[in-house]
Order: sequence, then C-alpha cells, then structure tokens
Amino acid sequence: MNWAGLYTVLSGVNRHSTAIGRIWLSVIFIFRIMVLVVAAESVWGDEKSAFTCNTQQPGCNSVCYDQFFPISHIRLWALQLILVTTPALLVAMHVAYQQHQEKKLLVLTGHGDAKHLEEVKKHKMRIAGSLWWTYVCSVVFRLLFEAVFMYLFYMIYPGYQMVRLVKCEAYPCPNTVDCFVSRPTEKTIFTVFMLVTSGICIVLNMAELVYLVVRACARRGRPDSNPPSGKGSFYGHKLSSEYKQNEINQLLTEQDGSLKDMLRRNPGLQEKGDRCSAC
Amino acid sequence: MDWGALQTILGGVNKHSTSIGKIWLTVLFIFRIMILVVAAERVWGDEQDDFICNTLQPGCKNVCYDHFFPISHIRLWALQLIFVSTPALLVAMHVAYRRHEKKRQFRKGDQKCEYKDIEEIRTQRFRIEGSLWWTYTSSIFFRLVFEAVFMYAFYFMYDGFRMPRLMKCNAWPCPNTVDCFVSRPTEKTVFTIFMIAVSSICILLNVAELCYLLVKFFLKRSRKAGNPKHHPNHENKEETKQNEMNELISDSCQNTVTGFSS
Repeated sequence: MNWAGLYTVLSGVNRHSTAIGRIWLSVIFIFRIMVLVVAAESVWGDEKSAFTCNTQQPGCNSVCYDQFFPISHIRLWALQLILVTTPALLVAMHVAYQQHQEKKLLVLTGHGDAKHLEEVKKHKMRIAGSLWWTYVCSVVFRLLFEAVFMYLFYMIYPGYQMVRLVKCEAYPCPNTVDCFVSRPTEKTIFTVFMLVTSGICIVLNMAELVYLVVRACARRGRPDSNPPSGKGSFYGHKLSSEYKQNEINQLLTEQDGSLKDMLRRNPGLQEKGDRCSAC
Repeated sequence: MDWGALQTILGGVNKHSTSIGKIWLTVLFIFRIMILVVAAERVWGDEQDDFICNTLQPGCKNVCYDHFFPISHIRLWALQLIFVSTPALLVAMHVAYRRHEKKRQFRKGDQKCEYKDIEEIRTQRFRIEGSLWWTYTSSIFFRLVFEAVFMYAFYFMYDGFRMPRLMKCNAWPCPNTVDCFVSRPTEKTVFTIFMIAVSSICILLNVAELCYLLVKFFLKRSRKAGNPKHHPNHENKEETKQNEMNELISDSCQNTVTGFSS
C-alpha cells in the first residue's frame, strides 16, 4: 500500500464528487503528493546525516537533532495527506451502500438481470438526501484536518522558515553548541510551496461547502419542482411511485413472510414510494 | 504517485491533441522526464555529500552549500515538469465535461441519433473547436509561460548554465574565505545544457502549435465569411430555402401520385 494504492482507491470516489471536488483531488495528487514523493523526500533525505554540530562530544548531534526536529516535515506532510484524503472514503462507503440498496430493490421488483445491476454500478449518484449530509461531513472533516495540521506545523516549527543555525545546550552537549541544518533554503522553499497548496486546498474545500449549501437551499426553495429527486436514485424516474406501490402491493400479497418482515424493518422503503418519485 | 502516474493521466489527453501536441508530449516524457529519472538524479545524488570545503570548521560546508545551491537543479526540473504538464489537465477536464453533457443529452433522447450508444460518446475524439479551442490555446499559453519562467529562474539563480568546479565561500562560521569543490561539475554541466536544449525545443513546439491553431482558426473564419457570397442578403437566403422546401414537397407529392397511379 503506497501513494499509488491510495490514488486507485480515491479515483473511484472522484466520479461521485462535484466539479470542485475533482479539482481538489487533482491538486492533492499532482501538487502535493507528487511533489512530496518526487522532490521533497530527497531534500529531507539527508536531514539527520548532514545535521552537523560544532562539537566532538558523542551523542550531542543526536540529542540536538531530536530536540529541534521532534517530527520531520516529510512525515507530518505524509500524515496530513493521508488524513485529509481519507474522509472521501466515507462518501465511497455511502455510495456503495446506496448501490447495494438499489440492487436489492431491483431484484425485488423483478429487474434483477445482469444488465440492470451493471447499470447501477456504473451510474453516477446525485449528491442529494443522506448522501449530501455524508458528503458535507467529509468536506468539513477535510477542512478540519487541514487546519489542525497547519496549526501543528506552526506550533512545532514557529514561523515557516527553516533556520540555518540552531543553538543547542541539551545534555550531553558541553555548552551552547552551534548546530547547522542541511539545505535550509531549499527546505524553506518547499515548506512554503506545500503551505501554499494546502491553503489552496482549504479555499477549494470552503468553496465546495458553500456550493453544496447554496445548491441545497436553492433546491428546497423550488416548491414547484418534482419532489426532490432527493435520494439520488437512478431508477427513481423509471419506477414511478404508483408503479412501485403496485409492485410492492403485489409482492406483499404473494410473499407474506420475508417481504413483510423486510418492509416492517424498513418502513422508509414504502414511505419513500409515497413521497417522491425518485427514491 | 510518481512520474508513471502522471504519464497515465496525460496519456488520455494525447487523444485530443494536435499532432504537434503529441510530439511535444513524447519529447516531454522521453527526453525530459525519463532522462531526469534515469540519469540526472544519479548525477546529482551525492551533491551534498561530496561537496567538500577546505576547512575542518563544522557547519561551514552546510552553510556554503546552502549559499550556492538554494534549490537543487533536480528539484527545479521536477517542479518545472510538473507545472508544464499540468495545463493539459485543463483540456482533459473540458473534454470530460463535454462528454458528460453529451451523455446527458443522449439519455434524454434528443441527440438526433448522432450516437448509437453511450460507449461511442466515451471513445469519441472531440475536434478542437469552439470553447475547447479556447481551453486548448490557454493551456498552451500557460505551458509557454511556465517554461519561460523556470528557464529564467534557472538562469537567475545559477548565473548562466555552467557548473563551476570551485566556489569561494566566506559565510559564517567559515573562518575565512574557504575553497569549496563541487562534485562532478562537467557531468552536471552536460546534463544542464541538455535539459535546457530540450526545454527550448519544447518551447518551440509550443509556439508552433499556437501558430498552427491560430492560422487554422483564421482560415476557418475566412472560409465561413467567404461562403455566403452566393446569398449576400439574409432575406434572400430565407426565401431560397423556403422555395427549395416547397419544391421538394411538390416533387414528393407528384411522386406519390405517380406511384399510386402506377
């Protein structure tokens, strides 16, 4: 499991995202993960071996390095990228659940052939209903993680500049010792670059949040439109509420036991048919 | 996520590029990215370890290296390649958007039988015209800008494109002016010149592609402007069309009558 594996997992989510979400994903993969792997990791590669202190005292080098770099920038960025990309999996799980429900409904209503089931897998879910809430939560979590890591970064490395020289007096260093960091300018350039892209991602997430909220409000404010193609089901149009209700009634009379149980367990299934045409 | 993944992403864009665009993409991947990964990274691999200063003063080497190499050539090229290849994604996004719209129309059923099925939309190659032309031209323009900016940054940072053998450094904590020796300067110069040359070829290809698109655009416009010479008046055009339709209707009526009678 490496960055390529994560890319495979998240490309699937891409299909059910908004346009802004797709741009965000591209920025994450190209300007953050790729730059991290291809460039930044080699800049920080020799950070410990080339960290030199002006002393011959054994152990002083290690202790000073540990004091000034509790966690390396590279590891912090890797953690940040993993945590920031993971909320998208919530959406993937919800979509998979909805597809599973649709397949079950198709099988129940007699459209359970392979072609229809394939279509369920292929079609794009609309971000509406409970999926909207999941999506919004995932965007909020993304924002939260980005902000937390930016703050953490600032706390651990006050200011975002990498200094050339640090003065260290931790035991066993005999006195205040000068220690020199390797490639400070290059590290500062990449730190600033990664921070800027992180800022861009935060802006994209906020824009996406605003877009989703505005779209939801606009949809609610349109009372004359068909009751919300709200649950995002593809077969909502095809299975009109009347047709569905008839089917359900038929199935009810034909199969007493299992179906009644199922409907009892999911009363929403019948109610949805009453309320809206796209469920 | 590495260069291979970028190649996969950009390979898709290739289908909708012009021939010059395809050549550019090939030059980018073979002569720049591949050379960077396979050769240049090894040459610069020991750049700091083998950067030796004529002093035992701890820290002097670090400081002098940092002073003369604020950002390594390799990283600069990697960033340049990432930035230069990204505008192509604008085109990919536009194409994806158009496909999405066509699929929506196809599902609604008003595509007038242009496509037999949805698979055809997915594999169709779009012509570079209309709004896609503008997106494509902007992407080439951005490519050019990024290439030029990075070439300039390179020249500005390293004062020319040659790697010197010896650098004289007197930054603190070096005790005085100290001689520092760069590792593999000639090999680095060779690769630097190679990468700059290929970058210039890419700039030329982009300029050529831009000119080609502009010329094609103006030719098309002049051809459109030239066509309605036969119908200079808009009203005449309408009249002629109506006459034609009437003729066709009367012809078909006659044929039908003839058909019945026979």
